[in-house]
Amino acid sequence: MWTVYKKEIRSFLSSLTAYIVMIVFLLATGLLMWVIKGNTVFDLGTASMSVMFNVAPYVFIFLVSAVTMRSFSEEKRQGTLETLSTRPVTDLGVILGKYFANVTLIVFALIPTLIYYYSIYQLGQPIGNIDTGAMWGSYFGLILLGTAYTSMGLFASVLTENQIISLILSMVLCIFFYSILGWVGDIKALDVIGKSLSWFGLETHYYSLSRGVLDTRDVVFFGSFSVLFIWFTKLVYESRKW
Amino acid sequence: MSIEVQQLTKRYGAQTAVNGISFSIKKGEIVGFLGPNGAGKSTTMKMLTCFIPPTEGTATVCGFDIGEKSIDVRKHVGYLPEHNPLYLDMYVKEYLTFTGELGGVQNTKARVAEVIALTRLEREQHKKLRQLSKGYRQRVGLAQAMIHNPDVLILDEPTSGLDPNQVVEIRELIRSLGAEKTIMISTHIMQEVEAICDRVIIIDKGNIVADDKLENLRNASATKFVVRVQFGSTLSLEKIKTIPGIKNIQNLENNTWRLDSEVPEFRQAVSHFALANNYEVLELVSEKNSLEDIFRTLTGNVDRI
Repeated sequence: MWTVYKKEIRSFLSSLTAYIVMIVFLLATGLLMWVIKGNTVFDLGTASMSVMFNVAPYVFIFLVSAVTMRSFSEEKRQGTLETLSTRPVTDLGVILGKYFANVTLIVFALIPTLIYYYSIYQLGQPIGNIDTGAMWGSYFGLILLGTAYTSMGLFASVLTENQIISLILSMVLCIFFYSILGWVGDIKALDVIGKSLSWFGLETHYYSLSRGVLDTRDVVFFGSFSVLFIWFTKLVYESRKW
Repeated sequence: MSIEVQQLTKRYGAQTAVNGISFSIKKGEIVGFLGPNGAGKSTTMKMLTCFIPPTEGTATVCGFDIGEKSIDVRKHVGYLPEHNPLYLDMYVKEYLTFTGELGGVQNTKARVAEVIALTRLEREQHKKLRQLSKGYRQRVGLAQAMIHNPDVLILDEPTSGLDPNQVVEIRELIRSLGAEKTIMISTHIMQEVEAICDRVIIIDKGNIVADDKLENLRNASATKFVVRVQFGSTLSLEKIKTIPGIKNIQNLENNTWRLDSEVPEFRQAVSHFALANNYEVLELVSEKNSLEDIFRTLTGNVDRI
């Protein structure tokens, strides 16, 4: 598993994927947070990073899907899946190697945004007047959200040889589980059904974590979500054996 | 026994790709797995390397069952798939290190250097796989197949698409490896089998039609006499069938035929036939019965009488 992990990380670095993901994420959140008028920190006038944490899930949908789309599609198209799966590694090992490599990339994409935290920390009146607990909770939530997106991205990728289809499918899955299930909860007419459906949405659990409260239920939810989609991925990956 | 196959069957829906084949390969043998395209060669190899499971039947590689001990089988098998898939963005050394680690090689660095020397990739070892010519890519394919020092090498059409020089080089390489390993190599090129293999298994439409040593196959068909004849005019198949002693007929070109018989004086017979019917004979050559003929006869590419 770690051999696959190392290989994936290397290929992120050598194909510039890693740098592009980091830069795009930093730029997208940075622009919305500081530059583009309307919702910037200065407009809101509060020392919080809520702008970034509201935008990041959507930026992630695109970025994570774009990175995971080639995970299996490319191997299928080039036929390297055949050499890979006739090596003495288990199918789960291959999938987990790719999964953790993608998650690592997400964590690294988040690290540069700590500059924003520092800036806001310094801008606070008085200095340091920022809800650090909520900030760490949000970061943690964002990473967990990234793991959920990754598992869906891998699943989309294992379904098809075509990277574009994989990208679109992955984004649709992410949007469905993040936004759409969140909106359903707001529909008054659906009442309890809507509320319970939205519980299965990622948004509910993400915002619950971003309040700075580490609720084990949320962590378990994200964990199970990944496990479920990794299991789906494994099923499809082994479909050649059916 | 390195490879032991029993009643191996693979069906895709209603189509049977491999139909209950059985054979065994001893340690150190180089076996040619021969057959026309779509005969089931690749499917058999994919089953032996645990890429796809058989529909029915079993096989063991180095004593490990391909279904139950899949990981052990993979540890002992080196596999070069058809079309030689590679990660083209990787460097030669990087790729071999990766496959070595996957194969559980302890001292990867030393082993990579060893394999690079063995496949004579020294001059290309710092290049990206994308930059390599097809012949060198094929060598990398061979290198990755044997990086974990497997006892069995399964090579699916290792020389397809190479130029004649490269073909010769790859064949030499495979033959030199054969000294210590069991090798199963699939191909549809006869000369390849003649050049490398001790034994040949011929497969057609999922069934084994011959499994023997090369000399035996050749001797068995030594009683055949083949004649290539070019007539000055177009003759019907019916007319040609009237040549006494004729066994198989094959139309090579418009007026050129390849005929064979079990009668030793067959050439004379053809000549008499032409004279008696007043046909012009432009060319009349007796041919040695090559492996190619055996293959053609066995895989049904000839009009039998």
